[in-house]
Amino acid sequence: MLSRTLLAAASLAFACAASAQEPIRVGAFLSVTGPAAFLGDPEQKTLELYVEKLNAAGGVLGRKLQLIAYDSAGDAEKARAFTKRLIEQDNVDFIVGGSTTGETMAVVPLIEQAGMPFISLAGAVVIVEPVKKWVFKTPHSDRQACERIFVDMKARGTTKIALISGPGGFDKSMRAQCMGVAKNYGIEILADEAYGAGDTDMTAQLSKIKNTAGVQAVLNCGFGQGPAIVTKNYKQLGISQPFYQSHGVASKGYIQLAGDAAEGVRLPAAALLVAETLPDSDPQKKVVLGYKREYEARFKSDVSTFGGHAYDGLMIAVEALKKAGSTDKAKVRDAIESVRGLMGTAGAFNFSPTDHVGLDVSGLRMLEIRKGDWTLAK
Amino acid sequence: MSAQLVQFLLTGLTVGAIYALVALGFAIIYNASHVINFAQGEFVMIGGMAAASFVEAGLPLPLAALLAVAGAMLVGLALEKLAVEPARGAPVVTLIIITIGASILLRGLASLVWDKKIHALPAFSGETPLNLGGATLLPQSLWVLGATVLTVALLWWFFNRTLTGKAILAVSHNRLAAQLMGISVRRVLLVSFGLSAALGALAGVLIAPISFTSWDIGVMLGLKGFAAAILGGMGSGPGAIVGGLALGLIESLGAGYVSSAYKDVFAFVIILAALIFLPDGLAGRRRATERV
Amino acid sequence: MASPAAAAPPSASSAPRRSLLALAAMVALLPLALPNNYTYEVAILVGLNAIVCVGLNLLIGYAGQISLGHAGFFGLGAYGTAFLAARYGWPTPASLAAAVAAVALLAWAVGRPILRLKGHALAMATLGMGIIVAVVIATEDRYTGGPDGMSVPPLGIAGHVLAGERAWYWVVGVLLVATVWLAQNLIDSPRGRAWRALHGSEFAASAIGIDPARHKLAAFVLSAALAAFAGALTAHYAGFITPAKASFLHSIELVTMVVFGGMASSLGAVVGAAVLTTLPQLLTVFKEYEMVLLGAVLMLTMIFMPQGLVPTLGKTLAAARGKSR
Repeated sequence: MLSRTLLAAASLAFACAASAQEPIRVGAFLSVTGPAAFLGDPEQKTLELYVEKLNAAGGVLGRKLQLIAYDSAGDAEKARAFTKRLIEQDNVDFIVGGSTTGETMAVVPLIEQAGMPFISLAGAVVIVEPVKKWVFKTPHSDRQACERIFVDMKARGTTKIALISGPGGFDKSMRAQCMGVAKNYGIEILADEAYGAGDTDMTAQLSKIKNTAGVQAVLNCGFGQGPAIVTKNYKQLGISQPFYQSHGVASKGYIQLAGDAAEGVRLPAAALLVAETLPDSDPQKKVVLGYKREYEARFKSDVSTFGGHAYDGLMIAVEALKKAGSTDKAKVRDAIESVRGLMGTAGAFNFSPTDHVGLDVSGLRMLEIRKGDWTLAK
Repeated sequence: MSAQLVQFLLTGLTVGAIYALVALGFAIIYNASHVINFAQGEFVMIGGMAAASFVEAGLPLPLAALLAVAGAMLVGLALEKLAVEPARGAPVVTLIIITIGASILLRGLASLVWDKKIHALPAFSGETPLNLGGATLLPQSLWVLGATVLTVALLWWFFNRTLTGKAILAVSHNRLAAQLMGISVRRVLLVSFGLSAALGALAGVLIAPISFTSWDIGVMLGLKGFAAAILGGMGSGPGAIVGGLALGLIESLGAGYVSSAYKDVFAFVIILAALIFLPDGLAGRRRATERV
Repeated sequence: MASPAAAAPPSASSAPRRSLLALAAMVALLPLALPNNYTYEVAILVGLNAIVCVGLNLLIGYAGQISLGHAGFFGLGAYGTAFLAARYGWPTPASLAAAVAAVALLAWAVGRPILRLKGHALAMATLGMGIIVAVVIATEDRYTGGPDGMSVPPLGIAGHVLAGERAWYWVVGVLLVATVWLAQNLIDSPRGRAWRALHGSEFAASAIGIDPARHKLAAFVLSAALAAFAGALTAHYAGFITPAKASFLHSIELVTMVVFGGMASSLGAVVGAAVLTTLPQLLTVFKEYEMVLLGAVLMLTMIFMPQGLVPTLGKTLAAARGKSR
């Protein structure tokens, strides 16, 4: 009798131990190469760094985390194929990824069909509007960025602006959102110019804007090389109106490329970029400063808000795992929806069944570039 | 209004000069081998990236630029020796696919050797814009235009006054006859690739202060250079230059007066129309008979 | 320039019939080797690419033309069906058929002036067309969703929907075999012979009464229709479409698949599509070295097998068989 009990206890313990050895599989597909490489590269580094740190601290739910990350290179079809691979072949427990909106939207049908908790790192509001059961996202939406910019413009008395945007999904989506909400802030768009992929010179478009009467400010929706060139051309043409960029250029690389021309440019960005200058009373300071220091110490390169999105995504998933107490996908999904007050690099996350991005505009600060560095705009 | 027109023209000429240099690279290789070198854009990228990394390592700009162009030339020679020469007898389409493979390889190597970030080169002589009839012009644009003019002059001297240059021209006119005259087609191919690579790298170094450089800028620039070469008449040196400048101007004027969102469409529509009405390009050579 | 007619199979149709049977057998037996839905997905993508490539091969390998803009037709087929089905609520078989028909019509209209060009001028013209299509699709975001793409309803009729990797695998497999059968029959027909004559020399062909313009146009329109068909299928399968599918990089990929596999060989087109679709999936384990390896594989294969994979392997096999006699 005793030996049977012992045997049962031993096999139970063995089974527990065996399942306890099973790592929690974190799936990711990121644009590490390709046109969105400066989104995916810090995102991947961040995930690697924090999976390592979490494992060093004992893992989650007593199990180690295992990161399975693929490079989708900004290609929606690759994103689909890798997502399928993560779901079917790698059997991951949840997915953090999708650096670009196009890639994210392309995998949504797969995610919904497979019932896989998915936290996207992409920007467009269409990802969470309408709300999809299994899809969440961490960055502020592009609409929120537009709203933050318009609030600042209104405060400066600006009512008529010009837009210039690039060819990418991010650019066009933000442009559409800005055009949609401009009226709510009393802003009229007088000119709407565009540049192409790989363009080397935007003086023609800016020259048109310069010659449009009544323009009080210019907003550039874009990321990558384009906005840096636009900024330099802006200075070259001697346009004096205030110049706004999007959160797409929230990285030191932009300032390095644009040089002196970036002086005075304003953009909405996460507090992460000005972590050191935040007052100690700022509720975000601890998290953003911690992330900034750890990232820069490990990778010897400047932190970027995009890496911050990956940090937020991973931390939300980990929090949900703890709340759910297991890797059961439905429980984890419900747990994500119930996350409240989790402080990330983008702000405090408060998810709900109707809000799968969980951020309000307060996490977006208006920054101004002064003397080659970020400062909080007054 | 006219100041705006001047602005568009200046922008168009600057961008056009870069396209012209890339187009010249296409033309030279095409002349020697009838191959369209899809890796031409990567030479531009190598020029810019190498120069940027040398400058970041502390070398003075002129030396960095020189080393970058020399380095790109070596890559071009290696490409010819290792990839094009072994496939000598292959159909032209195969050679083209080889260059496509080379372009992928070079981009992959660039992202490994350097990185995936965007880099800038300091402007050669400062960034204070010059005023020209109400329009502004960057000093770097003058460098671009000046260097292009100088390069074209040097190339003219090379092709018309040196033996190697004349040998290359001979091969482009009639390969068999050139061989019969004792010209080594292999050497001509080698020199052509090296020269095209140097031209591409020069374009890359010139444009980097204005529009930065990164591991994948070669794709778009290669495409535009190719379009310019065909617009001007593939295989014609002067055609490449005219085509490049024309493309730059069409883009700039299209962005200014038609629609900036559709400027590329505008440019390609014009190229299509030009091809349909002038199938040999703006300055191309008419083939009197078609051989059976 | 030696025409690949030397590498083309003789018109006595035993060789093509064998290769068609081999393909059909492969399609039927492959599922035994596919462990999960992800591998099915790759197989389906191979099949869809192969359909485009077989069509493109008719144009490049047999009729001797070139198109660097075929992704444009692919994209138009995809967006055509997506647009009609999603925005106007058309039943998807109708939207698919309409999209393919519309693209065929467009190819016919555009092909007449363009096919008068030769060589690199034709290459440039098709390249330009492809780019125009891609830019328009990406810019008109109100209709197409812009660069971020748009959702596509699944293929289905009267409540029955074609969904799931297994179902799609069989559909695509059957369509691929049908396409290759069609292509091989065409090649053996008078029209196919006319195309091969054109490839050898347009001048000489017209001297014996073959109208180059008509035949070139036919090859062009057929290959465009096949590309549009594959594009529309891809859109319904993935449930999503982005302008990247119409990009010139995709066009270059398609031409590379055709040449890599072997021009003037329908089986070659299928093999080329298969290798170049699965290779990036396999190479992804090498992470940042993937591009370098892909480029190297392309270059080395073309250097050592200049006629393409299938013709070269075919010759080696034939030589081996000849030696053993």
